Formats: sequence, C-alpha cells, structure tokens
Amino acid sequence: MLEIKNLHATVDGKAILKGIDLSIGPGEVHAIMGPNGSGKSTLSYVLSGRDGYEVTEGEVLFQGRDLMQMNVEERAAAGIFLAFQYPVELPGVSGMTFLKTALNSVRKLRGEKPLDAAQFLKLVREKTKALQIGDDMLRRGVNVGFSGGEKKRNEVLQMAVLEPSFMVLDETDSGLDIDALKLVAEGVNALRNAERSMLVITHYQRLLDYIVPDHVHVLAQGRIVRSGGKELALELEANGYAEFIGEEAA
Amino acid sequence: MAQNAVIPLRYGDGAASRTDGLPGAALPWLRDLRAQSWARFAATGLPNQKQEAWRYTNVRQLRDAAFAPATALANGIGRDDLPGLLSTPAARLVFVNGYWRADLSDFAALPDGVTVMSLANMLAGDSELIAPALKEALEREDAPFATLNGALMQDGYVLHLAPGARLREPVECVFVRLGDAAVEYHGRHLIIAGANSEACLLERHIDLGSGPYFANHALAVAAEAGANLQRCKLQAEGTAAVHMATTQIDLGRDARVANMEVTLGAALSRSDIGARLQGRGSELRLDGAYLLRDRQHGDTTTWIEHCAGETASNEIYKGVLDDRARGVFQGRITVHPDAQGITGHQLSKTLLLSDQAEMDSKPELEIFADDVKCSHGATVGELDDEALFYLRSRGIPEAAARGLLISAFIEDALASVKNSSIRNYLETQVNLWLEAVKGVEPV
Repeated sequence: MLEIKNLHATVDGKAILKGIDLSIGPGEVHAIMGPNGSGKSTLSYVLSGRDGYEVTEGEVLFQGRDLMQMNVEERAAAGIFLAFQYPVELPGVSGMTFLKTALNSVRKLRGEKPLDAAQFLKLVREKTKALQIGDDMLRRGVNVGFSGGEKKRNEVLQMAVLEPSFMVLDETDSGLDIDALKLVAEGVNALRNAERSMLVITHYQRLLDYIVPDHVHVLAQGRIVRSGGKELALELEANGYAEFIGEEAA
Repeated sequence: MAQNAVIPLRYGDGAASRTDGLPGAALPWLRDLRAQSWARFAATGLPNQKQEAWRYTNVRQLRDAAFAPATALANGIGRDDLPGLLSTPAARLVFVNGYWRADLSDFAALPDGVTVMSLANMLAGDSELIAPALKEALEREDAPFATLNGALMQDGYVLHLAPGARLREPVECVFVRLGDAAVEYHGRHLIIAGANSEACLLERHIDLGSGPYFANHALAVAAEAGANLQRCKLQAEGTAAVHMATTQIDLGRDARVANMEVTLGAALSRSDIGARLQGRGSELRLDGAYLLRDRQHGDTTTWIEHCAGETASNEIYKGVLDDRARGVFQGRITVHPDAQGITGHQLSKTLLLSDQAEMDSKPELEIFADDVKCSHGATVGELDDEALFYLRSRGIPEAAARGLLISAFIEDALASVKNSSIRNYLETQVNLWLEAVKGVEPV
C-alpha cells in the first residue's frame, strides 16, 4: 500500500526527517509515537503534500505510484486522507457544501459520476447517524465554533464520506475528553477493513487502547528508532521517551 | 462662489438646470430648488482630495471630460436585450441613458396603495404624492454630487407605499446605458414607505454600449413607523464608466431598512450612504460586496447617525480586489447625546488577490451618549493558506478551493438578502466575476 524509503525532508532548510523507512500493507494499522519535535507532524504533511515541506532524498510509493509527483488534491483522489490535528475553520462554507464539493471533486478525479443532491443527502444521513452529528452541525460553517470533539468527529465524517484507502490520523486524540475519544475511535474502527490502511500518529498511548495498531514505531530525531507490536506502546507509556532522546545525544 | 471651486466647463453657468427640457419645469417650487442646488454645487465645485471625505478618491477625470447630456432614445433596444431580468417582479421600470422607457417597463398589476412610476411622470401628474419628500431631499443636500444631481436631475424611479401596503415580489429598476456616446445622466429616485408597509427593490446598473460615460444617482429613502424595506443594488456599469451615487435613508419608529450593494463595475465609483435612525426602535443594515479588478477604483462611504434611543445598526462590507484595483471604505457612526440603548456594529474586510491591489479603510465612531454598544473592525488580508490546504487535502482542486473561499468570504455581506430571486441573481453575478479571475473556479 505505502512504501516509504529513506525519506529525508526539510522545513525552511532545516532537516526534520532524516531517513525514514516504513512499509504499510493493505488493512494494516501502524502507529507512530514519539516525543514532541521528533518529526511526526512533518511526516503527515509530507505524505499529504503540504507546501513548504521539501523532500530532499528518498521516495514514497503509494499503490506503486510516486506520491511526490502528485499534488495535494491528486493524492486525496488517489485515496490518501489526513485527519488534521487542528481542523481548520472555514467561515461561510457550510458542512454540507464542503462535503459535497469534496466528494464530487474526488469522484471526478477518480473518473466517477458526481452524486446528485438526493443521492448525496442519503449518503450523508447514513454516515452522520453513527457519529452523532446533527443537521445543525452541517449547516454551520465548517469547524466554526465547534468543540474539540465536534471537530474530530467532523474529520471522521469526512473520512466516512470520502472512503479513502489510506488514512493518516495526526494526533487525533488531542483536545478530546474520554467520551469524545471513544466516539471518534469507534468511528475510525468502523472504517477498518482488509483493504484500508492507517497511520496513527500520537504522543500518548491512550488513543491506542481504542484504535489498536498492528505495529508501533518510535520516531525520534527524524528517524524510526524502534519498531514492535502493540505492546511497545505500553512500554513507552511506562518508560517515556528519554531512552530514545538519550541515544541520540550520546 | 469660492475662488477655487472646480466647475466643469460643460455645465456652463448652470442654465441647463433652468431649461424647460428637464422634468418638473412647470413647477415653480422645483425650478427654485434646482437653482438652489446649482448654487450649492457652484459654491463647492467638484470635491478634491484635500477634503477629508474625499481623501482617497480622486474625481479629476470628471473635470475635463467631454460628457454630453444624455437624450431620450425612443428605440434601439427591446426587452430581449435586457439580460438577467427577474422572472416575477411586482413591477419593472427600465431606464435607458437615464430616461424611462414605457415600452420596456411593466407596472400594471400592482396592489392598492402601491405606486411605482418614473419621477418625470409623477412630476407631470400626481406630484403632490412626492413633493414633500423631494423638497426635503433637495433642501437638505449639500454634498457636491447630490447638489449637481439636484440641479440637473432628469428622471428616476419612485416607489410609494401607502400605510400598510405590502409587496411580496420585488420591484426591479434597471438602468441601461446604450450606445457609444460619452453621455452623462443624473437619476433621481425616491422610496417612500408609509407606516407598516413592506417591500423590496432591486436596482441594477448595466452597460450595453461602450466607452466612457458618467452616471450620477441620488436616492432618498423614507421608512415611516414600522415600515420594512429592503433595497439591493447591483452596480455593473461599463469598465470605462464613472458612477456616483448618493443615498439618504431616514428611519422612523421601529422601521427596518436593509440596504445591500454589490459593486462590480465602473472605472471609478463611489457610493455615499447616509442614514439617520430617527425613530426609537429602528434598525438598519448596510451591507456591501465590492469585487474589483484591473485599475478599478471603488469607494464606499457611509455615515450612520443614531438620533433616537434603542436603535440598532449593523454594517458588513466585504471587498475582493484583484490586479491593481483600489478599494476605499469610510464608515462613520455618530451617536447623538440623547440616544441611549444603542448598538452599532461595523465590519470592513478585504481580500487582496494581488500584491498590487490596495485598500484604504477608515472607521470613525463619534459617541455622545453613554449607554452604547458600538464596535468596528477592519481587516485586509490574503486567502488563508491553511484553509486552502485543508480544502485541497479533501480532493478539491486549488482553483475550486479558491472560488469556494472567496464566495464564503463575501457570504455574510449577501446574507441579509432575503428574497431568493434577488439573492440568486446577485450570486450569479458574483460567480461571473469570479470566473474571470485567474486561478479561480467558482463553485
């Protein structure tokens, strides 16, 4: 599904990612954990194609295609979805308009017919029910005046509607209380299947109690310094990241 | 006459204002008022940038231009030539080069208590219905383009609502410039809304000819107790035009007036809006969206006076400026000493699509009462990169993402337009403008 090979990236000329190798197969859920400043968010932005993140070495193949040759919207259409740590407020753009424009843009880029108003409404009704998202939220400007939980549920709704094949969850647990976290995790888990892969980026182990990964990697100082199974997350929770930061300093 | 007053030579000694060719020539009171307006204009001449109210807008091009007074055209245009007409207006008045055209207009099926007519016709017939309002407007005006209009006014629309009269569908007034002659015309308009009456009106200014011309409009709106009025204006004059508009709105007790203007056209334009909330409990909305490109210059200057207590005003102006366009917003709110329990909110936001576009904003609050909630805000910025990335990360192509964000940006300025056919019409015009912007695809 996704092959990251010796990925180096800089932001404003400063090296942040210093040689990442990671292979994620269909249906797999990988977690990347690491201390602040280790490059976790940079990795998510490089994968989604944000301006200002320059890849200086290495490559990323997504379903065999060179991801770095694709612009942001082409990646989205190809099936990559970044759930934002801080979803952006869009005053004046209603949730409905946003979802419909996004879905029909993606369908167009995929060579599918756009959904008409009735088809779209039916689809949204199905998806919102499980996430406890009311019509009111969809009429308002996207993320404007939303609570932390509403913003993250809204991200999950977008995933559910756009049906990506690869999702990057960037610190999805930040700003959520335990009830909101459970609801969001349920939404994400409902999207897990044998084809769909995920990269879950998180500082804390807590999220991984609810979205259980197949593999856990530790990112420190721009490299993956350790990989293991889901039990690695528990170990990190107990011992912290000092060991990995220490290694680099030594 | 001031020594340095700049009076364009084409006006001569103002004798035109006393000729028999203009409407109301048989009415002595109107002849006198025209003469008085001319005297006031002659005393000030055209405004210049040394005057605070005109600091950002230069009208020099009006001084030496060879504009000729427009004349009435009997034909040259049919109904089918008028683009984008509303499908079911309550009435429609069409003016060609400032003169009303009966053959293009329609106002047969109006309910009792509603009068829609051209000013010239009213003055020739039932002038008593409008004389007090017209007299008051002319007596009061002192700003140069209003007084020039007062002297030379030729025709315009009148919407008169008797107490309690209500119109469900909008009144549509279309001002068309036709031909390629460099003409000038002075439109004079009145909206008189009796107690508890209700109506909405769409005013459109379009160019079906080519080359420069000068349109100078003056409108007085009187909303009496409990009246509810909405006026929308689309200024889509030709790219070489000069468009000046002076609007004075007076609100009586519990009256509600919403004025919304979309500015797309003219090389040089200014909309000067004065509003006085004279009746307790009255509410005013002034909204505007100006979308300008090339070297267009668009000025909006508003002055809201809260004269009575418990009055509320709300202003939202949104500008989108591309290329080397220049926008001006001057917004003044005055709260008079006895006016307590006031709210006044003003917002001016501008989006610059080019490095060379320019915006000048000048808010002014003058508050002489103590129980007042007033706010003002002015921002100038570019499209938000974060928002663009967010939209694109959901598969929306960059040009469409820009279109969506620009539409969203001006959305709250259009939000006050309740009539859906007017709203759709204005949104379509905005989208047409957006289509021509490089790298933008309207949604």
